[in-house]
Amino acid sequence: MFKRIKRFYAAANKETVAGYLFIAPFIIGFLAFSAIPILISLYLSFTEYDILGTPKFIGIENYVRMFTNDPKVWKTFGVTFFYAAISVPLKLIMALAVAMLFLKNNRFTGFMRGVYYLPSIMGGSIAVAVLWRRLFASDGVINGILALIGFPGNISWLGRKDTAIWTLIILSVWQFGSSMLIFLAGLKQIPASLYEAATVDGGSKPRQFFSITLPMLTPVLFFNLVQQMINAFMAFTQSFVITNGGPRDSTRFYSVYQYQRAFEFHEMGYASAMAWFMLLVIGILTALIFKSSTRWVYNESKDG
Amino acid sequence: MKNDVSYKAGSKIRASQVISIILIILGGFTMTYPLLWMVMSSFKANNEIFNNAGSLIPKVFHFENYINGWKGFAKISFTTFFTNSFFISIVGTIGAVFSSAFIAFGFARLKFKGRNFWFICMLITMMLPFQVIMIPQYIIFNKLGWVGTFLPLIVPSFFGGSFFIFLIIQFIYGIPKDLDEAAKIDGCSYLDIFTRIILPLIIPALVTCAIFSFMWKWDDFMGSLLYLNKPSMYPVTMALKMFSDPTSITDWGAMFAMATCSIIPIFLIFVFFQRYLVNGISTEGLKG
Repeated sequence: MFKRIKRFYAAANKETVAGYLFIAPFIIGFLAFSAIPILISLYLSFTEYDILGTPKFIGIENYVRMFTNDPKVWKTFGVTFFYAAISVPLKLIMALAVAMLFLKNNRFTGFMRGVYYLPSIMGGSIAVAVLWRRLFASDGVINGILALIGFPGNISWLGRKDTAIWTLIILSVWQFGSSMLIFLAGLKQIPASLYEAATVDGGSKPRQFFSITLPMLTPVLFFNLVQQMINAFMAFTQSFVITNGGPRDSTRFYSVYQYQRAFEFHEMGYASAMAWFMLLVIGILTALIFKSSTRWVYNESKDG
Repeated sequence: MKNDVSYKAGSKIRASQVISIILIILGGFTMTYPLLWMVMSSFKANNEIFNNAGSLIPKVFHFENYINGWKGFAKISFTTFFTNSFFISIVGTIGAVFSSAFIAFGFARLKFKGRNFWFICMLITMMLPFQVIMIPQYIIFNKLGWVGTFLPLIVPSFFGGSFFIFLIIQFIYGIPKDLDEAAKIDGCSYLDIFTRIILPLIIPALVTCAIFSFMWKWDDFMGSLLYLNKPSMYPVTMALKMFSDPTSITDWGAMFAMATCSIIPIFLIFVFFQRYLVNGISTEGLKG
C-alpha cells in the first residue's frame, strides 16, 4: 500500500501528470457543464422535443420556422439589438467621462468613486428590479420629481411602447461603475511623460485627450466593449422582472422569449435553435470587433 | 502686475475645481438616489409611498414594515429565504474558490502538453452565453433527478469558475518562481508546493474571488428560477420576485423593507471589501 502511494507521488511529480491532476476539475466541469451541453444543444436544435418524450429529428425545420414563420423572433431580436446598441455606447461614454474626473487620488475622489460604483454592485439584484417598477410607475418617483420641478403629467413610462425600453436602458447605463473602474485602472497606466511632452509642445487639453488618452486606452476600451456587448445580449432579469416584456413586446428580450419557448411552451428543440442563432450572432459580432481591433487598438509590443 | 495675473489664473483653477466638485457630488447624489429612496420607503406608510413619491424622508418612521415583511408569504418567513440564500451562496463560494485556486496553480506553474488548449477552452467559457447551455444543462439535471434541489445551483461551482481561475493565475504570475524551485529541491511534491507555498501567498486573490462569487450567487435569479420549484427552498431573490408580483402585492412598505434587507449583505461587502472589488475588476480589465 505504502509503495503504491509512493509510486503515485513519483508519477504525480512528473509535470504532465501533475498538471492534468491539478486542472482535472476544470476539464471535468468543462466537459460536463459546457462542451457536452453545447453539442447536445446543437443536436436538439434539429429536433422536436418537449422534455417528456424523446427528441424527434426534424432537420432544419426549427430554423426555417424561426426565419419565416415567427415574427416574434425578429421582434425580440430587434428589441435586444436596440437595447445593446444604445446602452453599451452610452454606458462606456459615461464610464470614461466619470473616470476622467476621478484621476486625482485623494480621500474625496476615493469616497465618490465608491458612491458611483455602488449601483453596479446593486443593480443586478431583484430588489432594484422591483424598485425600478416603482420609480417609473405613473404614480412613481420620476413623475413625482418631475411634478416638483414643474412638469406635472402622469406619464406611464412602463406602459407606453416608446418609453418602456428606455427605463431598462437607464437601468443599464446607471451601472457604469465597473466599466469606470476598468477605465480608471487603464488611465493610471498611461505614462505621465506623454502628457508632459504634449504640454511642452503646446497641445491643448482636448487635443491631449484625443491624441494620447484615447489611443492609449483602446485596449481597455476594447475589453469593455466586448464584455458589455455580450452582457447586453444576454440580459434577462431586467426584462423578465421589471416589464415582463410588455407593453406589446416592446421590451421583451430575445433571451426572455427563448426562455418562454423552452420552459413555458416546452419546445426545447425550437428554443435550442434560438439559442444557437444567438450564439452565432454574438460570435460574429465578437469576431468583427476582434478583427477591426488591429486597426484601432493600440498594441504596445508592436509600437514599443 | 505679475502678481495680479497669477492671482487671476489661480482663482480660475479654483473656480473650475469647485464646479467639478459640486458636479461630482450632485452626480453621486443622483446615482444613489434610487437606493436611498428604497431604504427610506421601507420606513414609510403605504399611502405615503404613492401619494408623496418624490419625497425622500418619511414623515413618521414605520419600523413595523420590517416585522410585517419578515412574515413573508404562504406561511414561509424570510428567515427561511435568507437561510436558503446564505446556504447556496456560502457553499457555492467555498467550492468555487478552492477548486479555482487548485486549477489556477496547474495552469500557472506547471508545463504540460495541451495546457494552451485547455487554457483557451477556459477563456471561451468566459464568453459563452448561458442561454446556449441552459436547456441541455436543465435536461441533464432533470435526468439526474436534481431539479427541485440545491444541487444544480451548487455543484457546478466545485469545478472552478473561469473568471476566478483567470484572476488567480494572474496573481500567481506575480509570485517569484524561485520559491517553487527551492521547495522542489527540498523534495516537496507539487501538492506540497501548492498547499504550503502558493496557497498562503494568494489569499488576497482568494478573498477577491470569494467576494465576487458570493455576490453573484446571492443575486443569482435565473438559476433559482430554473431549478427551484418549492417556495420553501426559494432564496431571497425568488421570494422578492413572488412577493412583488403585481397581482399579489398590497404592502409596498413591507416589500421595500425586505428588498432593503436583501441588499444588506452585498452592501456590507461593498463597505468592508471595496479595495478587493476594485482590484479584481482592474486585474480582469487590464490583463483580459
